[in-house]
Amino acid sequence: MDQDAPPTHSDLELLASLRAGEDAAFETLVRRYGGRMLSVAKRFLSNEADAHDAVQEAFLSAFKALASFDGRAQLGTWLHRIVVNAALMKLRTKSRHPELSIDDLLPKFKADGHQEAPCSRWNAPPVADMERAETQQLIREHINKLPESYRTVLLLRDIEELDTDVVAQILDLNPGTVKVRLHRARQALRTLLDPLFGGKP
Amino acid sequence: MMTCQQLIDFLSDYLDGKLPLSQRVAFELHLTLCRDCRAYLHNYKTAIEASRSAFDAPADSLKEVIPEDLVSAILKARQSEQS
Repeated sequence: MDQDAPPTHSDLELLASLRAGEDAAFETLVRRYGGRMLSVAKRFLSNEADAHDAVQEAFLSAFKALASFDGRAQLGTWLHRIVVNAALMKLRTKSRHPELSIDDLLPKFKADGHQEAPCSRWNAPPVADMERAETQQLIREHINKLPESYRTVLLLRDIEELDTDVVAQILDLNPGTVKVRLHRARQALRTLLDPLFGGKP
Repeated sequence: MMTCQQLIDFLSDYLDGKLPLSQRVAFELHLTLCRDCRAYLHNYKTAIEASRSAFDAPADSLKEVIPEDLVSAILKARQSEQS
């Protein structure tokens, strides 16, 4: 979502209509932001019905919280935070698959601190190729293999582009823990993508 | 001399430009001398780019449209919460 643009006039008008309780304004809000919110929910929840539930929960929470929305943030930014929270709440209710161990995905070192295995530079495809639907799907599948607490931080920081402090607040962690988890998640993803980009089986 | 393990520990701070000068100098010296760590840094950065591009909407579907049944469900749920 565009988080830096100044509030649009139509959003300000919409907000006034929402606060006045006009039914049509609620429908306009859902249609204006629903698609983007659904995209966000789907990044966290692979099941389509769960993503729909999260969006519905997010809108119902937003409707209730309209009175407390101070208008300093963008309406889109505010809704983005709400749907991220709703998706994370939904995620917590889901049964966990057996997870890979993060330690197995981190690099190993010899006693003298050097890398245990030699590391080869990837011949990764150019960005244009990475954005092909099949490549995107493959990469997403690898991201989904990350242990959940690491995948969540990677999604919030690198994909949703939320600040460390905001992520810490959402996940009730201290910012130092968020930084460590992000670094480990990226290292683990590097390990998972090695066969894809490094040309090894 | 910084080890590979220390370099990899500092990778994220290095990319964020948050390493103090003395550590940055040691980091870059190690990089100059260690091919494995140069490759690791390159691959780490590529993994970040790959994860970002994996969620970029293809040009033809930049705007996901909310399905009609979900719009109806949300508006209906609002009505029933009000009554």
